[in-house]
Amino acid sequence: MKNYFLLSTFILLMPIFVLGQDLEAILEEESVDTTMVVAGTFNGTRLLNGHSVETRKKGILEFLISHRFGRINSGFDQLFGLDNSNIRFGFEYALNDNLTFALGRSSFEKTFDGYAKYRLLHQLDGEKPFPFSLTFLGSATEKTIKDYLPENKPTFSERLTYTGQALIARKINQNLSLQFMPTFIHFNTVPEAIDPHDMVALGFGTRIKISKRVSINGEYYYNLNPFESMDFKNSIAFGVDIETGGHIFQLILGNSVSMIEKGFITETTGNFFKGDIHFGFNISRAFQIKKTK
Amino acid sequence: MKEINIIVFALLFYNSVVAQDKFLTKEGYVSFFSHSLVEDIKADNNQVLSIIDTVTGKIAIQMLMRSFMFKKALMQEHFNENYVESYKYPKATFSGELLNFSGLSAANNETEIVGTLTVHGEVKEISTKVQVEKGADGITLKGNFNVDVADFKIKIPAIVSNNIAKTIKVTFELHHKPYK
Repeated sequence: MKNYFLLSTFILLMPIFVLGQDLEAILEEESVDTTMVVAGTFNGTRLLNGHSVETRKKGILEFLISHRFGRINSGFDQLFGLDNSNIRFGFEYALNDNLTFALGRSSFEKTFDGYAKYRLLHQLDGEKPFPFSLTFLGSATEKTIKDYLPENKPTFSERLTYTGQALIARKINQNLSLQFMPTFIHFNTVPEAIDPHDMVALGFGTRIKISKRVSINGEYYYNLNPFESMDFKNSIAFGVDIETGGHIFQLILGNSVSMIEKGFITETTGNFFKGDIHFGFNISRAFQIKKTK
Repeated sequence: MKEINIIVFALLFYNSVVAQDKFLTKEGYVSFFSHSLVEDIKADNNQVLSIIDTVTGKIAIQMLMRSFMFKKALMQEHFNENYVESYKYPKATFSGELLNFSGLSAANNETEIVGTLTVHGEVKEISTKVQVEKGADGITLKGNFNVDVADFKIKIPAIVSNNIAKTIKVTFELHHKPYK
């Protein structure tokens, strides 16, 4: 009997403990640990010359203007490269949160480019975390500069180059993101017979945030089998990203002139450490064409 | 053995009575609205947790900042990354009391809600009018109030200062159900 009494007293008191439990504690218990997409691995869709893992959200049309000036070490006569300017205009439309189509045109070799970019995996945190983001990029370019003799006029298909790229990125923390970009490039036409038609390159990139809206970026592409006929150098670039609402400004110092994968990964000849550095910038303006809801 | 039966029965009854003291929702609605000459910005959160203790009139509310949905996806990203810093301060919470809760009825359904609001790690005392609808199957709270962005140390850079209001209107509607 005594045991029953003790037990019942204890159990009877239980609800009073529960009553005493504060409301905040109940909310904590009731709140579900949801899985969330890790947003903002990079500020924009470009790391520097190349792509970042980011895609624009559904219904956003992004207009990109990119410039690369001449070599800084070309001296005062060329105003340290500023007399020479290469430009690319790009229109990029996000069909949905993961899929972007784009068209661009570079003044360098009068090249048109088109690409499709698909974000396959998102980095997740919360209940079911996932460690990295994965985006695929497929691009085709057409060189239209008339740098040939009339009798050697190349066909349309001879002017084409294709790029396939996997972009793998992880936002380590709020201030540090890393990206790895294995890249495959196919040339329908190469400069000389000894040059390879297929190239493989490995890219590495990082973003280091120095304030909420400013970051320092670095990007390096190591080409495993470059053109034999060219004094090729691997592409290297550093830059500063400044983000202000719908705009992103990227100021860039790098050894490449081209702003498309096929160009800067395979045709860079500047020696960064000997001052063959091109100043450049990307300006991006995002317009929300369609509302998300 | 009879004693045990009586005790078990009494406990079940007692517990069910106790349980009726609390009302909870996990799908409460909170929105905020910023009006400026340049643009209007609105964001909705439909996953707000709120609990009322009907004995004391005490109330606790919490919501994830990342659950606020914007019309423009980029705005939502900037809201979380640059303004409220959701990675550092994931939740907004309110803890307070509905004054004269037991005295409220269908005819007299307006009262004050007072307490502390925590957003972006900053705590602020607020009090505002609230409409309380007590029904058989739940308790509904409705109301709105204004907060100053500066009170919560949310910095707005000069370049977008014309786009974002200094004072934000917060609207809430919480349908609580009995909590078991």
